[in-house]
Amino acid sequence: MSTITNEAVEKTVIEALISFGAEPDEVTPETELTTLDIDSLDLAELSQIVDDEYGVTMKSSDVSKIKTVGDIVAVIVAKA
Amino acid sequence: MSAAKPIPGTIRPEGCALVTGASKGIGAAAAAALAADGWAVGVHYGRDAAGAQATVEAIEGAGGRAFAVGGDVADPAAADAILTAVEAELGPVLALVNNAGITDDGLAMQLEDDAFDRVIATNLGGAFRLTRRALGPMVRARYGRIVNVASIVGLRANAGQANYAASKAGLIGLTRTVAAEVARRGVTVNAVAPGFIATDMTADIHPDQLGAIPARRPGSVDEVAACVAFLASDAAAYVTGSVLTVDGGLSA
Repeated sequence: MSTITNEAVEKTVIEALISFGAEPDEVTPETELTTLDIDSLDLAELSQIVDDEYGVTMKSSDVSKIKTVGDIVAVIVAKA
Repeated sequence: MSAAKPIPGTIRPEGCALVTGASKGIGAAAAAALAADGWAVGVHYGRDAAGAQATVEAIEGAGGRAFAVGGDVADPAAADAILTAVEAELGPVLALVNNAGITDDGLAMQLEDDAFDRVIATNLGGAFRLTRRALGPMVRARYGRIVNVASIVGLRANAGQANYAASKAGLIGLTRTVAAEVARRGVTVNAVAPGFIATDMTADIHPDQLGAIPARRPGSVDEVAACVAFLASDAAAYVTGSVLTVDGGLSA
């Protein structure tokens, strides 16, 4: 299991979002997920990746608060 | 120009199948059919360890690979335990056949809470929890096959089986909605709806009832298993959210 740092989590999240089809140039911490065409299934899969990588379980109540790429990173780091 | 991405769900990666309730009947036949198609198969059982072992030995005798795993699917902790055990032995579960089921018949006005709850918890709750646990790895693999063994009783009336019918109708609703949720990740979710199939569960059915079946005979477990194997195959990649009746025309 990987150590949780802001940088490591951000890298994991950005790689995952790109693998879901987000344009690499558009993925910054401030980008809203809707502009990247990232939806609830993508976030559910991201939750799996985060659980495997960091042992952090994101619940649907956590996911519902997320609007930007940075929000995802903040939720994961806060739960660690 | 970069190479075209493969279409999700069309080519089976390394992994195995898991069939619940595979100690006998439709489950045992489905496990054997999947093994014949090249799947390593997790053979789940509720209580009948000897039956599951017989299913495993039959598969191994035919040159296949199988592993028996026990657990009460009505127990909320069972899904994770079963999947984890199968993954450790055979690799990621990429095909899940939710077949485990029980009956506890009676007219609705006399049906006890326990008989209702137990049938729902096993037939529907068990399938849901196994599905939920299996979906993550399937979605990430961009490949998955879930086949729920429903019943024509989930589509039309059968007096005396309100609990069983509710569980099977629920399974069909679960099938359709989960299918829509995960289709674009190459995971298909379908149901088969057997009619009168010659198994222990239907041993008490009066022969006169067979007259209502256009085919004038009960089905065999192998005829249901063949449909399960098709829905689990690469060839069925574009079939999802469907309910395949296997009933000799009974519900036609």
